[in-house]
Amino acid sequence: MSTVKTRRDVLGTNALRPDGAAKVKGEFSFSSDMWSDGMLWGATLRSPHPYARIVRIDTSPALAIDGVRAVLTAEDVPGVLTYGLIDQDQPVFAVDYVRYMGEPVAAVAADHPETCRRALAAIIVEYEVLTPLTDPELSLDTSTPAIHPNGNVFRHQRIVHGDTSVVGDVVVEGEYEIGMQDQAFLGLEAAMAIPDADGAGIELHIATQWLHEDQKQIAACLGLPIERVRLVLGGVGGAFGAREDISLQVHSCLLALTTKRPIKMQYSREESFFGHVHRHPARVHIRHHAKADGTIVKIEARMLFDGGAYASTSSAVLINGITHIQGPYRCPSAVVDGFAVRTNNPPCGAMRGFGVVQACYAHESQMDRLAEACGLSHVEIRLRNAMRTGDTLITGQPVESVAPVERCIRETDALPLPPPLIDSPDVLELPGGTGLTSRSENIRRGIGWGVSIKNIMYSEGFDDYSTARCTLQDGVVALKFATSEVGQGFVTLAPQIARSVLGVTDVVVEPMDTTIGSAGSTSASRQTWMSGGAVDGACRLVRERLFEHVGLANGIDALRLVIEDDEIVDTMGTLRIKVTDAAPGVRFEETFEHHHRPTEDLDENGQGNCHVAFAFVAHRAVVDVDVELGLVKVVQVATAQDIGRALNPLSVQGQLEGGIAQGLGLAVMEEVIVQDGRVRNPSFTDYLLPTALDAPEVVYSLIEEPDPQAPLGAKGVGEPPCISVTPAIASAIRQATGRDIRRVPVRPQDICL
Amino acid sequence: MSENQIYTLTVNGSQREVKDSWIGESLLYVLRERLGLPGAKGACEQGECGSCTVMMDGAAVCSCLVLAASAVDADIKTVEGLAPDGSLTDVQQSFINNGAVQCGFCTPGLIVAIHNLLDSQPNPSELEVREAISGNICRCTGYGRIFAAVQDVIEQRGATR
Amino acid sequence: MTVHSPRTIDQAVTLLEKYPSAMILSGGTDFMVEVNFNHRKPSQVVSTRAIEELRQWNIDHDTNSIFIGAGVTYSTIESSDIAQAAPALAEASRTVGSPQIRAAGTMGGNLGTCSPAGDTLPVFAALDAKILLASNAGRREVSFADFMVGPKKNSLLAGEMVLGVSLPIIEGWQGYAKVGVRNAMVISIASACLVRNASDDSVRVALGSVGPTIIRARAAESWWLDQGAPRSSSEMHTEFGARCAAEASPITDHRSTAEYRRHAIKVLCTRLAARSTSR
Repeated sequence: MSTVKTRRDVLGTNALRPDGAAKVKGEFSFSSDMWSDGMLWGATLRSPHPYARIVRIDTSPALAIDGVRAVLTAEDVPGVLTYGLIDQDQPVFAVDYVRYMGEPVAAVAADHPETCRRALAAIIVEYEVLTPLTDPELSLDTSTPAIHPNGNVFRHQRIVHGDTSVVGDVVVEGEYEIGMQDQAFLGLEAAMAIPDADGAGIELHIATQWLHEDQKQIAACLGLPIERVRLVLGGVGGAFGAREDISLQVHSCLLALTTKRPIKMQYSREESFFGHVHRHPARVHIRHHAKADGTIVKIEARMLFDGGAYASTSSAVLINGITHIQGPYRCPSAVVDGFAVRTNNPPCGAMRGFGVVQACYAHESQMDRLAEACGLSHVEIRLRNAMRTGDTLITGQPVESVAPVERCIRETDALPLPPPLIDSPDVLELPGGTGLTSRSENIRRGIGWGVSIKNIMYSEGFDDYSTARCTLQDGVVALKFATSEVGQGFVTLAPQIARSVLGVTDVVVEPMDTTIGSAGSTSASRQTWMSGGAVDGACRLVRERLFEHVGLANGIDALRLVIEDDEIVDTMGTLRIKVTDAAPGVRFEETFEHHHRPTEDLDENGQGNCHVAFAFVAHRAVVDVDVELGLVKVVQVATAQDIGRALNPLSVQGQLEGGIAQGLGLAVMEEVIVQDGRVRNPSFTDYLLPTALDAPEVVYSLIEEPDPQAPLGAKGVGEPPCISVTPAIASAIRQATGRDIRRVPVRPQDICL
Repeated sequence: MSENQIYTLTVNGSQREVKDSWIGESLLYVLRERLGLPGAKGACEQGECGSCTVMMDGAAVCSCLVLAASAVDADIKTVEGLAPDGSLTDVQQSFINNGAVQCGFCTPGLIVAIHNLLDSQPNPSELEVREAISGNICRCTGYGRIFAAVQDVIEQRGATR
Repeated sequence: MTVHSPRTIDQAVTLLEKYPSAMILSGGTDFMVEVNFNHRKPSQVVSTRAIEELRQWNIDHDTNSIFIGAGVTYSTIESSDIAQAAPALAEASRTVGSPQIRAAGTMGGNLGTCSPAGDTLPVFAALDAKILLASNAGRREVSFADFMVGPKKNSLLAGEMVLGVSLPIIEGWQGYAKVGVRNAMVISIASACLVRNASDDSVRVALGSVGPTIIRARAAESWWLDQGAPRSSSEMHTEFGARCAAEASPITDHRSTAEYRRHAIKVLCTRLAARSTSR
């Protein structure tokens, strides 16, 4: 791909990452790379049981070990004992009960990681082991004893819309299951907590998606005023939703305040599987009613999300799931029941796609069945029902976003297919690879489709604003915001915005911390829109001040001034002055908060304008399957994505390809296997992520129809790439094998036995 | 804690003494926590991600699986030793230019693995590149921009040969 | 923990006699996982890294045998002349972990760990490899079948170490196949090695990851010989695959099911048999 060369890296160019050089040289400081004089190591003791009563904890043997400086339990938490993003039901340390395998029970601080391990082994915890509640259906049964004082159901929401008595000429019905996926960011949870000299405050360097939300929850648990808890973003090695909840934040701060020493904490990969929430496993029963020509007239669905032991964002994931169950298709009537329930399984919460991944797998599997029932192709059925701008959703909300669903499908369909498999390909091109399992005569090829709709920004009345400050002096811009850079590239985009608005070249991004207002979370595909809007707004305010200054100095109305490239130009006169020379020594500084339009809660029938905006995408997957062995190689994924506007085409491509790989993972290999509440594969040996030999060729088309609601015309591009690729791959496997695949990830035995 | 077995490692051409260590420490730990070389990253502790890749006697290995005290005779090269201060290797520059870096956590390991590949095989096919980096997990990029970055280096080096 | 770095085999076995519970560290790719995951806390470690002799190999065409030192890595097997002399071993080696693992991991390590999923072990079993062991008391040789006695259990005595493995050079055909759920860097769910002797058209087949040890499907091997030449029909290969699968003893765990593993063995052995006769 050729790099677009412009003189300045403004919006629309392939500006390169400002942190790129540091990252390729190994000099970028991730939160796990931090080091502090006199620091101690922190570590967490976790429950070996999915459900047990804590009879007794004796920390004294651990404290007796040379080098151990502190051992903390729930009794040592000075503030509130629980935290949580929506409901604060998750204990900092287990109190009386442990409700999932891996729940924190105690934490230690010591002089070396090995001392920490020995200390953890020395803590005596006596458990009365209880029978775990692991079947989410049982959580709905009112006769099942509650495993938490708040009960076993996080949320139930119904959607009733249109004429529910309608019956279709054609009815297709299916039960689908989605396994538990892990975000599996590479940069493990890590933090450095540094206590203030007076012992009454803390500075936490942390890899997180949302500094201010962390700050609020940490301060409450520490019993400190919020201003005494200062957060600084440590380098973040990926997030994908797993850094939205608290993990080691409170523990590290407590250990630092107790020992009066800096505390370094970092999880191992095994601990990371227990230390953050996962994608909800879900069961979806869904029935489509359609006219004989394939036009959908009604859907009926029941969705059950297993939220695990604590609430996290389960109630919001549920709403995303049920409000997206219609897919990117018109649907006049619907009856949907959704449940998010508590079990003694691992807690689940945010992951890229946030509830929509589960809905999409179900509705897209249904679309294939509907196509077959109506004698239509997989493309035709989707085109026939494709949603358009102005359509009404099953929540009664009008789709005001640009909705180029038909274009997504048609442009995907127009992308070239890969060449057919040759007779004697390199083994690396076959399913099974170097395992030498397969030859071309064992392979059948399939092509499958998936199309999706995804809300962007937060929903249900939440005002998830973002704040940014712009400072301009002598042509140099400094930008300040608390937007978490997790790898997505906001640190590249923000300077592009400033260059476009202000005609500058040099832009400095200041450290991200809590000394400025919240930027909201780096999630829900929202930062380009929200923090992009905030940076754009702050830069525009500075531009106004600059124009006023230049106007005054030159005796002309500031309204006549515009930026052209790197100059300020008088549109009605001859003045033309470089931005760098326009106001020597003068400092302009403005702060701007961007708020999206308000949204509403859903009523008891699930009606309401609960979402801000939507993005759409289509995926076509080509897979080669060794039918006899059930092994799959994804050959190619074609995609056309509705992005509004490509602010940095190279970054967009990176998001598309990266998301597709994650969706591929869920389709054919990634699953946290939980049996009787126990995680069986908490390691990269057994939780398999796509490698370079699993990545398909990606061909794509960007659909740029700027969204009038979006500050920069651009929709977020983070989540859609991973959503409909999963059902597309599953569909392609069905096409290749004739098997009725109802579950992802698709396992070899699902194909060949 | 320490067990008082002092040993010396040869890292990026320098002799580095390790003392007061726990002898069970991996090379990754010693590089990062004792020798001030945090470029190699830890993400799995079991050789399943490649983030900790370093060169040892000319071979790319996972430093998390090397017992540091057993590596006393080895010539160890880390990502920090690839390019002189303030400069970038062609592979590093190509990663930046091609958008092969997102979060960057896997990047140093990949850079080392790719240098190691191109040292021994200057003109690998696309499949050879894929196999050579199949032990380096990247969770962000889906690998597409990484392949593009390597291809660019191969072409540039070919043009200057 | 103390790390010893002997330079000769004699020094190593002396250390092993002095510290009978010492762990032998070779490439580290299994050992360090145990240490990193806190599963093992050895007090004495004997590192074989500096023992040059263990990294040697020899291909002797006079005796039709290959000797591979315990310190030879998978990547050496893949890229050296061993790959021509023992192609199935090279095929198996290429499936081990990642390139980084293959650059460090060794034959001695695969034998020492003795996991039922050890990728090279079915090759050793099918080739009736001999394992050469040494202790301060002297050297001895055991067949692979007597060496591997259970999951991660071998018949090494206290104070004993693996020096290497000898394999015959086969006149005929040999091949390896392994099923994993990813196209690289994956633990075997089921694997098989088939060796076909040109002289008498006998086969030897060994199955990995489908039992507590590597399983030799000896009944299937004899059935093969009982069939008349040319033994090239697809029906015969399918029947052979089914007979191999019948000798597997797989379990269900988080990686796969017993049913799938048995099925995979049937398919792999059918295909290996077909490949063995297709050239």
